Amino acid sequence: MAAPLISPAHDGADAAPEFPMSRDSRCPFDPPPGLKELQEQGPLKKVRLWDGSEPWLVTRYAEQRAVLGDHRVSADTDQPGYPTKATAEAGEGKLSFIMMDDPEHARLRRMVTAPFAIKKVEALRPAVQRIVDGLIDDMLAGPQPVDLVEAFALPIPSLVICELLGVPYDDHAMFQENTKTMVRTTATPEERGAATREIAGYLAAQIAKRLAEPQDDLLSSIAGRVTEGELTDAQATEMALLLLIAGHETTANMIALGTLALLQHPDQLKLLRETDDPKLVASAVEELLRYLHITHLGRRRAVTEDIEIAGQVIKAGEGVIMVNEIGNRDPEVFEDPDRLDITRDARRHVAFGFGVHQCLGQPLARMELQVVYSTLYKRIPTLKLACALNDVKFKHDAFIYGVHELPVSW
Amino acid sequence: MKVELEADKCVASGQCVLAAMEVFDQDDDGIAILLEEQVGDDQLDNVKEAIAVCPAAAIRLVEQ
Repeated sequence: MAAPLISPAHDGADAAPEFPMSRDSRCPFDPPPGLKELQEQGPLKKVRLWDGSEPWLVTRYAEQRAVLGDHRVSADTDQPGYPTKATAEAGEGKLSFIMMDDPEHARLRRMVTAPFAIKKVEALRPAVQRIVDGLIDDMLAGPQPVDLVEAFALPIPSLVICELLGVPYDDHAMFQENTKTMVRTTATPEERGAATREIAGYLAAQIAKRLAEPQDDLLSSIAGRVTEGELTDAQATEMALLLLIAGHETTANMIALGTLALLQHPDQLKLLRETDDPKLVASAVEELLRYLHITHLGRRRAVTEDIEIAGQVIKAGEGVIMVNEIGNRDPEVFEDPDRLDITRDARRHVAFGFGVHQCLGQPLARMELQVVYSTLYKRIPTLKLACALNDVKFKHDAFIYGVHELPVSW
Repeated sequence: MKVELEADKCVASGQCVLAAMEVFDQDDDGIAILLEEQVGDDQLDNVKEAIAVCPAAAIRLVEQ
């Protein structure tokens, strides 16, 4: 697509900078320096995307929350102005309610909120602890170095979400392989499509099985909605797919990238390793969510009615991108924001987004990370990186930021 | 102070329960419920934190 002829008045003579931007390879835990510069310049800047479109980038915490909490912005990727992520995204279909607006979004979301209630998630903690301990046992019994991503970080959320949905363990390897392909940017659109179809087909079959014979699991409760006429078969499959994907690579990346960040901050790792205080562990989880912020492509919306943000009118039909990664480093909200400090109160971070689309699985993610961070470094106190930091391959090109591999030894 | 909760707006993030467990709970669907409407000074900071982190702006404190 050709570049627009008129550059936005807001930027004067300067062309809109391109988004996404590159990180400084020496600071793999920090947002791209260019984003921090935009944040210093002001709360709103136009950026240019891969397709030549120029949505607004919302750089600061308060404005990001204001936009994400505003009902006049839409998460529907078909809305005019919606900032698309890549060519491959167009036409891949919508992933259930995260790409819808209220009231339909609320109707569908509420069908699956029950298992993520705080008390229900707490009841799963012993099972998660067993999963984590079992994987550590396996690592300790195996050869060194080991890739922490493959041996530990990816299996945990996979096993947990399979338990929640009611997916048999035997099908777990197939899931992991396909979800990896679905989020890998180096995969061709055909490969991504094939992986998505394989999982969708599997989930459809599992739901169909439960239509006939309900069990005590989330897939059965989704199947129940089909029986009641509240969901079509296709919607039910989409919803199961969403729950599976949303909790998988995200949590895995927080485990691996979080471990790497702690290994690079030995004072913080020591605090965590030596504490028995669940409050400090919980605080470390919030701080790592704030500091690492793996959803680095931002929350994206299309504006459906003119809205005014920080004195600027954003017109209906324009796109907005809330890069929560830099919102979490906003010095107005977090003192000394580029410092990792697990003792700070980081609870107001926007790592899970904000507004009605805020992450549904966040209580589960928190609990999984609490179990991991309070167990791994205690059980393997000499855990260390088995390569140079320079040699770690970061997922600069992926939808979710993290590391491709993390070789560790002890 | 009195706490008001608009359950219609709730998106079941569970954040209020984490912030103020003595004041908020969730029903079987994860939707927030109030355990007590009247909060004393000892719970005020927690309720304010719950208001700050609620993604759906469903909680309010009102003077009486």
